Amino acid sequence: MSEQLGIDWIRCDAHGLCAELFPERISLDEWGYPIIDGAEIASELRAHAGRAVAQCPVLALRLVGRAG
Amino acid sequence: MTAATRPDATTLPRLLGGMGTEVDLRPLERHLAHHGDLPIVVDPGRPDQALLDEVRASGLGGRGGAMFPASRKVDAVLSQRGRPVVVINGAEGEPPSRKDHVLMRGAPHLIIDGAVVCAALVGAREATIALEQSARREHRALEEALRERAAWGHDDGIDIHLETVPDGFVVGEERSLIDALNGGPGKPTHAPPRPFEKGLGGAPTHVQNAETAAQLALIARHGAGWFRSLGTDQEPGSALVTLSGAVARPGVYEIPIGASLHDLLVAAGGLAAPVQAYLIGGYIGTWISAREAEGLVLSNAALRPLGASLGARAIVALPETACGVAETARVAGYMADQSAGQCGPCVLGLDAIAGGMERIAHGDGSQLADIQRWLGLVAGRGECRHPDGAAKLVASALTVFEDEIARHVHARKCTGDGTSVLPIPRDSRTGRRA
Ligand SMILES: Cc1cc2nc3c(=O)[nH]c(=O)nc-3n(C[C@H](O)[C@H](O)[C@H](O)COP(=O)(O)O)c2cc1C
Ligand code: SF4
Ligand code: SF4
Repeated sequence: MSEQLGIDWIRCDAHGLCAELFPERISLDEWGYPIIDGAEIASELRAHAGRAVAQCPVLALRLVGRAG
Repeated sequence: MTAATRPDATTLPRLLGGMGTEVDLRPLERHLAHHGDLPIVVDPGRPDQALLDEVRASGLGGRGGAMFPASRKVDAVLSQRGRPVVVINGAEGEPPSRKDHVLMRGAPHLIIDGAVVCAALVGAREATIALEQSARREHRALEEALRERAAWGHDDGIDIHLETVPDGFVVGEERSLIDALNGGPGKPTHAPPRPFEKGLGGAPTHVQNAETAAQLALIARHGAGWFRSLGTDQEPGSALVTLSGAVARPGVYEIPIGASLHDLLVAAGGLAAPVQAYLIGGYIGTWISAREAEGLVLSNAALRPLGASLGARAIVALPETACGVAETARVAGYMADQSAGQCGPCVLGLDAIAGGMERIAHGDGSQLADIQRWLGLVAGRGECRHPDGAAKLVASALTVFEDEIARHVHARKCTGDGTSVLPIPRDSRTGRRA
């Protein structure tokens, strides 16, 4: 079981904080919405990912399990 | 007991009773004489395993657009705790598609039979048939059919409700539909939970398209072998197609999946005018040039290499006199309007794409490169696949109508005669920006 970032697009308000906190995997499009690099999150990046998830003001960012 | 003779497996029509768009099997007596009795008994709380085996063997894929195996939907519902319910999706919010409307108003008993079969499959005691507010004739036909069944003492063993939902392209998306039925605004809700987990009234919900339900009503009568004797091995059975545009007899046709576009056009009396391109799969579909469409086979397997799919099988023949660029710009505007307005990339992206296409239609190609980028930014970035579909349509237009786009932009010339072919509902804003 590995983990991946997922976005609840209904909640996401383009605060952009996540891209600041986790630039290794999140950039922003021209409207300020996150573009996620879907690659698996290696253990050394887990802490950054977790921080971005925790800091999203509307809880739109999630770490979701992925089988395999 | 009315026993209709078992229809020849290899001949059509199955669903439309030989009457095409004008199918009229509304009276119960006529329905039973044509199709025979539905040989199942619903046992609420007890899913019908033998029936499920038959449906699995039939290989029936959902006719609402995705062709997802009906049996696997049942499996998903049965994996849940709680008393399941059934929702038959008759919303058909796609303007160029009319097949569910034709079925509901011409063969309402077959739809109701289908709801009963769905209930038997999951062991439900309730089924809801949902249709658009504007579908008044369809509502009347179904209502009348339910009344007739009651008057005949025809006990279906379940409660069947008829509900209307607001009109709109996205309302037919299953989570949106359930949201509307649950008293919400009719917008897709975040998944999970999906309808099979938590749907109508919070119950595990088996959602099936109206045509899929009708197909199930026939599989329950005639079996999997009968069903599979038409269509392809991978995509068995027949399917309804809504054909419009430059054909002699536009309307709803039933084809074996894997039939050629040519045969469909022949059935429709041929082309009414020279055609430049076909829209395959409606407003979440793909433009295919007339040249590429020669020898085209109507199955997802055959369409996949072209980047196309059958979708809900709305097919539009675009005459040479029309302008594919203007048509696409109008539809892009409509699809932007129809966004449920919840997800940033869908709202802003579709609006930007529609604006860019509108500019091109007016000879301003300054945003062509932007459109390409925006198309990449909307796909896969919404709660539902509405933006993906709209992007696919526009992307195919940029290729198929490349020459026309160049003519618009460089020569400021539109070769269209100003008529519009693709339908846009009247209450939707069609123009973008002033
Ligand atoms: C934007 C959007 C609109 C949809 N509209 C419809 C619709 O009008 N009717 C329909 O049956 N399915 C529609 N669907 C598909 C449904 O979500 C669902 O998959 C379908 O009703 C399931 O039935 P089926 O498996 O029998 O096809 C739509 C999907 C999307 C993403
Ligand atoms: S921090 Fe949250 S709301 Fe802001 S862009 Fe990222 S996911 Fe969206
Ligand atoms: S992707 Fe678009 S249509 Fe789908 S839920 Fe989000 S805003 Fe609504």
